[in-house]
Amino acid sequence: MITQYENVIIKTICRIMIPFLQIFALYVIMHGHYSPGGGFQGGVILGASFILLVIAYGMEEARRRISLKTLMIYASVGLIIYSGIGIVCLLMGGNYLDYGKLPLPISSTPAVRAMGILGIEIGVGIGVMAIMISIFLMIASYEAGGKDD
Amino acid sequence: MKIFAFLIVLLTGGLLIYGGEDMPGWGDPNSPASLHVTPRYIEKTVEETATPNMVTSVLADYRGYDTLGETTVIFTAGVACLLLLRRENP
Repeated sequence: MITQYENVIIKTICRIMIPFLQIFALYVIMHGHYSPGGGFQGGVILGASFILLVIAYGMEEARRRISLKTLMIYASVGLIIYSGIGIVCLLMGGNYLDYGKLPLPISSTPAVRAMGILGIEIGVGIGVMAIMISIFLMIASYEAGGKDD
Repeated sequence: MKIFAFLIVLLTGGLLIYGGEDMPGWGDPNSPASLHVTPRYIEKTVEETATPNMVTSVLADYRGYDTLGETTVIFTAGVACLLLLRRENP
């Protein structure tokens, strides 16, 4: 069980750093077309920002902010975004995950494909973030039951 | 017993090094991996997907089905952890 640090330096630094970490994670997801990065990396950074919050502020604060149930819903939503984009392509007459067929108000097909890539990166990012946080929360709170053998 | 394990490690490492001798050179333009689909990705990726980062376009577009599988693997890992580690009052 991770309890709250009483050190004011750690808490203040974390409070300052976490928003910037999250903005950087969103940047990594959205800028995956032009620079190294993408859904997996950005999702892991988003998860790391929350893990930093848990380490600094303790498990109680984390539970107050997000529950395991919500996290698993987020993970499923990420996967549904990904496969849903594939199914939309299928319904519009293309192959599965053929982003060129997405019904977007953009004239050129390559730009539509780029938007499709962005969509699945967002789905991957949400899913990876939720799974990272939930695995960390489950492992960190494992002793709390007091039944480990 | 430790000697035995060490010998097995040595044997496996030796076999891997022996097998690696036949691999094509690092970045060899005539190796099979560089001749099949790689030139098409390099030439057509900006034209077809408007994505300058070739890694992203290969990962998410040309091999999108593979990435869907990777995401599913991560999701499965999370669900497996949930089944194994969850307490009644998490």
